[in-house]
Amino acid sequence: MPFSLLKFGLNKDYPFEQSPDLPQPSALKPAYDVVIIGGGGHGVATAYYLAKYHGITNVAVLEKAYLGGGNTARNTAVIRSNYLTPQGVRFYSESVKLFERLSNEFDFNIMYSQRGQLTLAHTDATVRAFRQRAEVNKHFGGRTELIDPVDIGELVPTLNLSPAGLPVLAGLWHQDGATARHDAVAWGYAKGATQRGVELHQLTEVTGIEVEAGRVTGVQTNRGRVSAGCVVQAVAGHSAELAQLAGFQIPIVAYPLQAMVTQPVKPFLNPLVSSSALHCYVQQTSRGEIVFGGGSDPYPLYGTRSTLELKESLMASAVEMFPFMSEMRLMRQWAGITDMTSDYSPIMGLSPVENYYLDAGWGTWGFKATPISGVTMAQLIASGGKVPELIAPFSLDRFDAFRQVNEMGATAASH
Amino acid sequence: MKILSCPLNGPRNIAEFIYGGQVKEMPDPAQATDKQWAHYVFYEDSHIGIVREWWMHAPSSYWFIAERHNQSDEVVRTYDPSELFGLRESPASASDLKQDSAEVS
Repeated sequence: MPFSLLKFGLNKDYPFEQSPDLPQPSALKPAYDVVIIGGGGHGVATAYYLAKYHGITNVAVLEKAYLGGGNTARNTAVIRSNYLTPQGVRFYSESVKLFERLSNEFDFNIMYSQRGQLTLAHTDATVRAFRQRAEVNKHFGGRTELIDPVDIGELVPTLNLSPAGLPVLAGLWHQDGATARHDAVAWGYAKGATQRGVELHQLTEVTGIEVEAGRVTGVQTNRGRVSAGCVVQAVAGHSAELAQLAGFQIPIVAYPLQAMVTQPVKPFLNPLVSSSALHCYVQQTSRGEIVFGGGSDPYPLYGTRSTLELKESLMASAVEMFPFMSEMRLMRQWAGITDMTSDYSPIMGLSPVENYYLDAGWGTWGFKATPISGVTMAQLIASGGKVPELIAPFSLDRFDAFRQVNEMGATAASH
Repeated sequence: MKILSCPLNGPRNIAEFIYGGQVKEMPDPAQATDKQWAHYVFYEDSHIGIVREWWMHAPSSYWFIAERHNQSDEVVRTYDPSELFGLRESPASASDLKQDSAEVS
């Protein structure tokens, strides 16, 4: 045994306590230039890019529980950009590119692994939609193509090519598709942000938002009041509820989304596979577990309870796709509250309150957008409310103008 | 298994029911502005508490109204829509349930 290791073994102090990744909790300052509500991936990414690119470090990230403990830890960690609309594809493509270099940027391994993502078509209509998605994607520099069942069989030999009696007609093969360790993404951003002077306050719940003459002046928390130059909300499932505290409504309905994970096994599944008809997406993590998720719950709820119905249908779909999964044991099962918009695109940018910015409506597609949301929200804040071109299509007022960005068909969960 | 009590068929497994959205007052399509109409179509009451919703018992195609807590998932009451929509000419607003029930009776 190396002597250095023995030294740590005999030492009473844990070696990393001398230089912790995150600073110890501190008291809240009376005022911040920027207050970010929500310490998930999007919140800390926004803080990170504010400090890194714009030199704005008098920033507080307020998190009611703990860092990355909400939907950042509950998603199925799919990174892809093969959406349907030009606005969507352009936006998510930038995110995919940012993910590729995050580990180097953080000097912290987010276990990014680009293995490609395969979506299965079981009807002629889906094949047509896939052709369109492939062309839109190629146009914006993505690597997406249509492949036939023979290629699918070679790519994923363990896949049942006729799940639930629905023969696979074609596949949308998205080479840029990837996965990463979602917790590590939040940790990396938080580490980078706090090193640059941003304050992360966990167990700090916002209980009120002070708005005077159309401008936000501060927020009340369970640890006292803080003044804010501007406020950003990035709270996923509780977006609509928080917006009401600020005095306006947003067109979001909260649905639970359930997923589950098996015990780890040897690597057998390289690409991320989803079926458009079974509404089921399956992937093997770098640790060997099979993560799979399906459609949203059938009715809205602000709760993360699990239901037998969803468990049954989700497992049935997964076993149809990979029959030998019936032999595997489940390790965990959970739910997250998703903030669904009617067009399956986010709501980003300005709100009816002048210096209050929205990063909401992330439904079932938030994790893959973490880096680009952080970049664009930081640009928006630093410029004092000049909306970056990339997120202009996702403005709140698109609903009033019936100018929606429909990504319903390109979202794996709940059609 | 969660049980929902149908006003017509009694207590049934919730898998037999289809959620139909919140009960909202429809503005007059001929008079409403685009903004009012957008609000009617896209916006729902998102506070945490008891909400009034449309539900259908799928096997019997029967629509009814349920009052449900949207965090605890507890169904407080289910009833036939006639209780709210007794008069076809003037659909009840979501806020004055009592007044409307009085008119019906």
